[in-house]
Amino acid sequence: MTAADGFFYIFSAICVASAFMVIAARNPVHSVLFLILAFVNAAGLFMLLGAEFLAMILIVVYVGAVAVLFLFVVMMLDVDFAVLKQGFLQYLPVGALVGAVVLIELVLVVGGWTLAPAGSRVLGSATPAGISNTAALGRILYTQYIYFFQAAGFILLTAMIGSIVLTLRHKVGVKRQNISEQNLRDRHKAVTLRKVPSRAGL
Amino acid sequence: MTDGSVLSVILKIIESLALVVGLLIYVAYVLLADRKIWAAVQLRRGPNVVGPFGLLQSFADLLKFVFKEPIIPASANKGVFLLAPLVTGALAISAWAVIPIDQDWVISNLNVGILYIFAVSSLGVYGVIMAGWASNSKYPFLAALRSAAQMVSYEVSIGFVLVTVLLCAGSLNLTDIVNAQNTAYGVFGWYWLPLFPMFIIFFISALAETNRPPFDLVEAESELVAGFMVEYSSSAYMLFMLGEYVAIVSMCAMTAVLFLGGWLSPIPFAPFTWVPGIIWFVLKASAVFFMFAMVKAFVPRYRYDQLMRLGWKVFLPISLVCVVVVAGVLQVTGWGGLPH
Repeated sequence: MTAADGFFYIFSAICVASAFMVIAARNPVHSVLFLILAFVNAAGLFMLLGAEFLAMILIVVYVGAVAVLFLFVVMMLDVDFAVLKQGFLQYLPVGALVGAVVLIELVLVVGGWTLAPAGSRVLGSATPAGISNTAALGRILYTQYIYFFQAAGFILLTAMIGSIVLTLRHKVGVKRQNISEQNLRDRHKAVTLRKVPSRAGL
Repeated sequence: MTDGSVLSVILKIIESLALVVGLLIYVAYVLLADRKIWAAVQLRRGPNVVGPFGLLQSFADLLKFVFKEPIIPASANKGVFLLAPLVTGALAISAWAVIPIDQDWVISNLNVGILYIFAVSSLGVYGVIMAGWASNSKYPFLAALRSAAQMVSYEVSIGFVLVTVLLCAGSLNLTDIVNAQNTAYGVFGWYWLPLFPMFIIFFISALAETNRPPFDLVEAESELVAGFMVEYSSSAYMLFMLGEYVAIVSMCAMTAVLFLGGWLSPIPFAPFTWVPGIIWFVLKASAVFFMFAMVKAFVPRYRYDQLMRLGWKVFLPISLVCVVVVAGVLQVTGWGGLPH
């Protein structure tokens, strides 16, 4: 057994265990923290595959940005899981359906590997020969799939503008900082020097 | 890991330990230097009692922290409360796995080294949020929220600065980035000159990212007592302190690698190139830290809305335009390294 095998078992065991703890933990903040642990271990698995770029992007985007917002929301809202779990039986059929679909898909994927091993070679290797992982991804993304890439960018831009429009409110009567006005202030405007006559005051 | 055998793993562990010990001793003196420089600007002497010129002050502080009684608030979430300082400390040190301190002197010569640094520094926010939440107290929680917003905001502009550097170098590998700056012009061939506005933005964003003054709103003592670490004492507090300073030193090292030519000699001919690269590297990182310490002494603390404005309305547009300009110039002129 090489060290890489050992790392694989460590990463995947922690990943599965923390994924289980996401749904098993009583405290929602703990759930999010376990989710982060699962993400980090998934990044470790990507790394072992040789897909270094994906591993790092997974950490930067999901752990560094998305999960932070997630954690914010969970901390601020103070979600009570006891109340949420009351409707457990009611949601059970839908949950079971989703679970069944995921199970069938997983069986199809794994079955595809074992029944038609040639098929998995079409996907391409994580470490193409003579070129770094990042460069290979970039070449495909910016040539062959450039329209999809641009479309994804536009969808994100629309979503961003949409969320800004939804949350931006101009309340009247709220005092705001006017930075340019503050920066233009100098001592002649802010302070006046007055000669105060003795025993007379102003 | 060259062949993936157990022996090479053990060798890597020994290398890592050597790096960490060296790093921690350096951090101890950086801490002392920070206090000394601050004191000198204010015409004080600074720590001068423990050892000659106060040289052993940091070690005395370490002993003091370790021997104090750790206090865990009764209403704190115990597990997360104790995990937070460990996360901060471990993440700060783990960034050093990819920082090259000399040619081939690096624990892991990762092809995506710059992304790794970016990923690790974006994780640093968790230590703060976890500490603030687990303390179960108002001031730490408020401080954690505002500092998380601060760190996330400045990460965006740091990201764009990194993009300009890696466009010029044509690689995400930190060793390649330093070697791309190895030209016949010495100090004038490094990236601080062609990317000068980016260098300034990176420096200021690094201050904000590591919660250094003038952006130390995380522990704005006049408003939030001591920020997210109000409830911490003894070793746990020390780990936060240590993580903070290790993060500062790694930001200094990153500035040296990205803009100041890493281990390269500033004057590219004979007597100067004989000096070992690690000496140049430490000198450069220390020079950047000197600037960090001087800024702390000179500049008053920013107001929170000024901080957010600077990050989102000033740095983000400037760095975004710079990415476009740098990419355009490189495309038209054909300068810079091509991806290989």
